[in-house]
Amino acid sequence: MKKIEAIIRKSKFDEVKKALHETDVNFFSYWDVTGVGNEKRGRVYRGVSYSTSDIQRRMISVVVSDEFLERTVKVILEAAHTGSVGDGKVFVSTLEEAYRIRTKESGGDSLI
Amino acid sequence: MEVNAVLDLMWIVVCGILVFFMQAGFTLVEVGFTRAKNTGNIIMKNLMDLAIGSLGFWIIGYTIMYGEDVGSFIGVPELFYSVQDDMHNLFFQTVFCATAATIVSGAIAERTKFSTYLIFSLIITTVIYPISGHWVWQGEGWLTSLGFIDFAGSTVVHSVGGWAALVAATLVGPRIGKYVDGKSTAIPGHNMLYGALGVFILWLGWFGFNPGSELAISGDSANNVAGIVITTNLAAAAGAVTSLFVTWMKYGRADVSMTLNGALAGLVGITAGCAAVTPGGAAIIGVISGIVVVFSIEFIDQVLKVDDPVGAISVHGVVGAVGTLCVGLFATDGGLFYGGGFGQLGVQAIGVVAIGAWAMITAFIVLFILKKTIGLRVTEKEELEGLDMHEHGIDSYPEFGSNLDK
Repeated sequence: MKKIEAIIRKSKFDEVKKALHETDVNFFSYWDVTGVGNEKRGRVYRGVSYSTSDIQRRMISVVVSDEFLERTVKVILEAAHTGSVGDGKVFVSTLEEAYRIRTKESGGDSLI
Repeated sequence: MEVNAVLDLMWIVVCGILVFFMQAGFTLVEVGFTRAKNTGNIIMKNLMDLAIGSLGFWIIGYTIMYGEDVGSFIGVPELFYSVQDDMHNLFFQTVFCATAATIVSGAIAERTKFSTYLIFSLIITTVIYPISGHWVWQGEGWLTSLGFIDFAGSTVVHSVGGWAALVAATLVGPRIGKYVDGKSTAIPGHNMLYGALGVFILWLGWFGFNPGSELAISGDSANNVAGIVITTNLAAAAGAVTSLFVTWMKYGRADVSMTLNGALAGLVGITAGCAAVTPGGAAIIGVISGIVVVFSIEFIDQVLKVDDPVGAISVHGVVGAVGTLCVGLFATDGGLFYGGGFGQLGVQAIGVVAIGAWAMITAFIVLFILKKTIGLRVTEKEELEGLDMHEHGIDSYPEFGSNLDK
């Protein structure tokens, strides 16, 4: 089993979600994240200019069985792509075990 | 009761109700332009200055302002005013008084002790505002004798609140993090929609504030009222449009919160002269107000380094003064631009300076005593974690995650 965590643009979230569903990845979690990057955005609030390096992105976390890994990553890389700086990142890690609480199933069965 | 008298009375009551609603506008503007962790505190300040002001003005403030004149300076105080056929005036003047009190709230938001604010509200509504109001509106005050024109209160209401706010914000000091190494930093407000809704409500309420100050609607007053509605609306519109373009050119973006302030500036600016100028004059006063407010907010923030989260000092104090002076320029009867010479302008300047000095000196005395006794500010920890948690023990947005900055 693998855990795929992707940090993507909020504006690309709907496309990524749709693409994942079309690849039969139907279950995943997501949340909004704030990161700090190199890019600084100049802003003015009530006459005072200030800059912020805070960047708003969305993180998706998907746990898949090994045979789903490649296509899931591929789908995210394609759907979240714009070609500009700031498209985000995808991290893959190995997951030791997963359980479904209701049935107490474990391993790949618990993911479906 | 005769029909015209009933109409006049009803008009005053209805306008008083509209002015009452402005309290909601002030609350929303202040909440919107500040951070979520202080929302409950701002609600309480705005609710309680209205409540305390209503009681205080009834108990003694109204007669200090409108009681029998003593030396053109003050009315003879009588306790618990209850002249049966004058209750509509008590109501109308009470909501005006509460407006002056609530202006201070915005300038000292996010760091002032709640108990101190309550005491200050009581004093401004029972002493500071009624005495300077007496000079202009009682009929025998010394500024009335000079011929000072402040129809609905650019100076009597707004400047008094604005100058008291300047003194208060200076004595309380800036919010933690507002000035870093002597430079102003931005502390963005948490909800522009609240700010905008507040401005719309204030604009609406102003149709009670200015047209209501005609204090009648029967007979010839009907057309006067309609004229005042127009001058009020045009000045607000011109203020908003002017601030829009000033900020657009200065910052490269059409600035939301400054444009909202611009609309309010137009309203404050026209309040003194709404019955004395033409629609064209009103539009020009709005333009002047819209320019002045932007530069004044920047000057107070970046040069004087007085932290005023909502711009109350500029909108009500500075523009209130400018609007009052504009009567000396644009009044069709006696204004400089209508061949009236400098006479009216001079009188307007005397009124602006006298009432400005009165408000600042009295506010300073009261706040200085409060500073030396119970203190003006919350502790650093309370300020950083939010006044909601420490002064009131609640989180105003519990379902959006705690605002506690731990």
